[in-house]
Amino acid sequence: MFKVAYFPGCSLSSTAKEYDVATRLVCEDLEIDLVEIPEWICCGATTAHITSELTASALPAKSLIWAEKHNMTITSPCSACFSRLKMAHINMEKDAELKKEVEEVTGEKYNGKAEVLHLTRVMLEKYGIEKIKEKLKKQLKGLKIASYYGCLMTRPPEVSENDRVENPMIMDNLARALGAEPVKWAYKTECCGAAFSLTKTEIVRKLTGEILKDAKACGADLVMVACPLCHSNLDARQPEISKLLKTNFNLPVLYFTQVMGLAMGYDYMDLMLNKHFIDPKPLLKAKGII
Amino acid sequence: MARIGVFVCHCGTNIAGVVDVARVAKYAESLPGVRASIDYKYMCSDPGQNTVIEAIKKYNLDRIVVSACSPRMHEGTFRKTMERAGLNPYLMEMANIREHVSWVHSDDKELATQKAMKVMEMAVAKVRRSEALSKMYASIEKRALVIGGGIAGIQAAIDIAAAGYKVVLVEKEPSIGGRMAQLDKTFPTLDCSACILTPKMVAVAQDPNITLMTYAEVVEVCGYVGQFDVKIKQKAKSVNSKCIGCGVCITKCPNKKSLSEFNEKLAPRKAIYTPFPQAVPNVPVIDRENCTFFKTGKCKICEKVCPTGAIEYSQQDEIIKEKFGAVVVATGFNIYDHSNYGEYGYGEIKDVITSLQFERLLNSSGPTDGHVVRPSDHKEVKNVVFIQCVGSRDEAKHRPYCSRVCCMYTAKQAMLLKDHYPETQSYVFYIDIRSAGKNYEEFVQRAQNDYGVVYLRGRVSKIFERGEKLIVKGADTLSGAQVEVEADMVVLANGLEPRSHAKELAQLFHMSYDQYGFYNELHPKLAPVETAISGVYVAGCCISPKDIPDTVAQASATAAKVCALFAKEKMEVEPLIAAVNPLTCSGCETCYNVCPYSAIEMEDKEVKRGDVRHVAKVIESVCKGCGACVGSCYCKAVDLKGFSDRQVMNQIEAATQELSTKDKLQSTI
Repeated sequence: MFKVAYFPGCSLSSTAKEYDVATRLVCEDLEIDLVEIPEWICCGATTAHITSELTASALPAKSLIWAEKHNMTITSPCSACFSRLKMAHINMEKDAELKKEVEEVTGEKYNGKAEVLHLTRVMLEKYGIEKIKEKLKKQLKGLKIASYYGCLMTRPPEVSENDRVENPMIMDNLARALGAEPVKWAYKTECCGAAFSLTKTEIVRKLTGEILKDAKACGADLVMVACPLCHSNLDARQPEISKLLKTNFNLPVLYFTQVMGLAMGYDYMDLMLNKHFIDPKPLLKAKGII
Repeated sequence: MARIGVFVCHCGTNIAGVVDVARVAKYAESLPGVRASIDYKYMCSDPGQNTVIEAIKKYNLDRIVVSACSPRMHEGTFRKTMERAGLNPYLMEMANIREHVSWVHSDDKELATQKAMKVMEMAVAKVRRSEALSKMYASIEKRALVIGGGIAGIQAAIDIAAAGYKVVLVEKEPSIGGRMAQLDKTFPTLDCSACILTPKMVAVAQDPNITLMTYAEVVEVCGYVGQFDVKIKQKAKSVNSKCIGCGVCITKCPNKKSLSEFNEKLAPRKAIYTPFPQAVPNVPVIDRENCTFFKTGKCKICEKVCPTGAIEYSQQDEIIKEKFGAVVVATGFNIYDHSNYGEYGYGEIKDVITSLQFERLLNSSGPTDGHVVRPSDHKEVKNVVFIQCVGSRDEAKHRPYCSRVCCMYTAKQAMLLKDHYPETQSYVFYIDIRSAGKNYEEFVQRAQNDYGVVYLRGRVSKIFERGEKLIVKGADTLSGAQVEVEADMVVLANGLEPRSHAKELAQLFHMSYDQYGFYNELHPKLAPVETAISGVYVAGCCISPKDIPDTVAQASATAAKVCALFAKEKMEVEPLIAAVNPLTCSGCETCYNVCPYSAIEMEDKEVKRGDVRHVAKVIESVCKGCGACVGSCYCKAVDLKGFSDRQVMNQIEAATQELSTKDKLQSTI
């Protein structure tokens, strides 16, 4: 059993509740002890880092300091939270002046020792893909999965620490390990439009539409994601995008821990698969998975 | 008491704009032994030198200090001035108050002036102890070594040989020809590369003054200008001199598992091969790593079919020792490996090819007989995208420099494609068009106006496969639009970088190179083919990316340098070398062991009558005056002429003393 400091982030108790539930279920089976950081506070998201560098670093610093104090790797299932945590860590490392200010504001010292990893890396690298395979109850045979990484899991490279920024494979490797068939497609790192979903929806419809189009054209049965905002754009916006493009994508969008959960024997309701706008039930039934 | 003259140069405003030269001259007057101190606008000019000569005569000076620029610039000039004034040229010191003072301290004129005074004072302290030295001469081995058999090495070898000197041309591949042999046509005249290159290759082969060593590498270098001792490894070709070049062995060889380096891995080649049909020499070699016989002990088909018995499996690599007076290094370039570009598919998309691969596809003796087809499915192409600056002008890839030839060869390739296939359409993504050269800009204009090549100013952000097509997404910064081109093939203008073993070769010669491995010239403008190592010259793309005319011009320039060196009976060498005082030498052999040039020998010498001792001796013609022996001697028995311990100590004392109070008073007035 290894302990990981868990920073769920705000979406995981609201729009992405199912991501949180699936993540906790899967981690329990894998014997990864997710220790939720007590009184974790907002990572600052986009709002903080476009207004104040200090705020953008001080907010995640609180959690970094807790993880460092408890000698745990810190992780978040949300790509934006992960990015902010890691970015704050890097910025304080590079800028001693900023670090001093952050320490003044938070009233605590940060020694720069916290290891920040996205949840995918905690599971696939720290825990290990071979060990995951041992825990599987079934193979997701015949399921063609397009892994979608989006921006913040891959960019900037010094944050994501991914040496293949343009063609990441970590989730594709997971899909293969689960017995599914990873789809080779071109839009896995394209931007979905992110938070413009609320202010400039037409941009998101266009960008997300391109992503869905490519996934479909490349033969995907479903899209696998690791970010609540990507999910909401690809899933919740999908019906209106289908309508706009005069097509019907009908592409279920699942969190990677939900897909893992399926292979580990959990059923439809355990993983809260009913919460998605595009219902994956017909597909999963057709493939004999549920 | 020495009678010293100090001459302070203004160098226009180069020095005088920062340093108060009059004050420096005035300060010199206060120094012991200084009998005359003069400042002048351009000391190196004729009137400036005459001022020096007149002052020497008028004040009966016996030694001088010239406070001006670096000795690398004008030491020679003023040594000659000394000779003209009837003095020994080694009784002159340069005090560098330009590169070491005015150019680097322009922000603080007062401190700069004080430093200039100190630098001058140190030179005065040193010259006071200078001794007259006489010139020395060394013999020259009048044979040249040329490393690299591309167009640069070929041209250098031909030019040196034409002057009547012997040349050894060493090439690591089985044939000479280099990169130029791989090209289809050349810009801006579109003449066939092989047609203009092969006559020169043949000329090399037929020239009695040139010894050609292909499939060979330089492995060790000792010595110095006039006397380089070089070891060359002749790799075993497994084919001996009985070969008549009929090529039967190549035709019959059943092993075609290797990919042709000459065809940029677009086609297989046999295990016994010549790189291309016009190879010089037309003698195949066996690639032992891939030959069935060498791997399994069975086959020997080439031996069976050879009509002259030229196959010799037992051949061994051979080390050949040669002596040379001068060396031309012309090792050429590699192209940038685009697998670092994730946005272009990490080098994993088959139909995203390099510019050199495209040259081979265009070439009628290439792997497709001149048919431009996709490597993936051998289908002909319709839309082709060219991307410039791949591994050039890209800080993110640590290649900030311009590779100079890519704009031109891309225009050429697009035009040739249209010539071959009028139905095709080319798109070029570029940052800027750099077409400086005779008829170059006109050439690029022709590509755009007469050949309908679409130029898009912007970078490509992504290439991916969709079905059979390649989707190229990029920006057109002139219209501000994002563009997407559906292409059949993408040709990358890979930038130029040094050969992978460039650094190792430089280290053999102690040549300096930059962070990329390009060789450093002695002076970027005024000594562009010389290196800091005298007798070693460089030409072509091993210095920096350049086109064929510039490469050929440089190659001929190195030949001129070599010939000028060889034209002398003997070579003048600096007498600034070490000397051993046998009376104080303890014979400990420390200097003998530290000398990097093997310039010290031990001898039994009668130092006093009846007192024979084991002592060190400097071989004058070999000593380079580095001073390693001086520093290592426990008994202070070795000293360096022109840089004696005493001179250097006096310099240090002058440097560490306060400026005399006399100047301080002046500066406050």
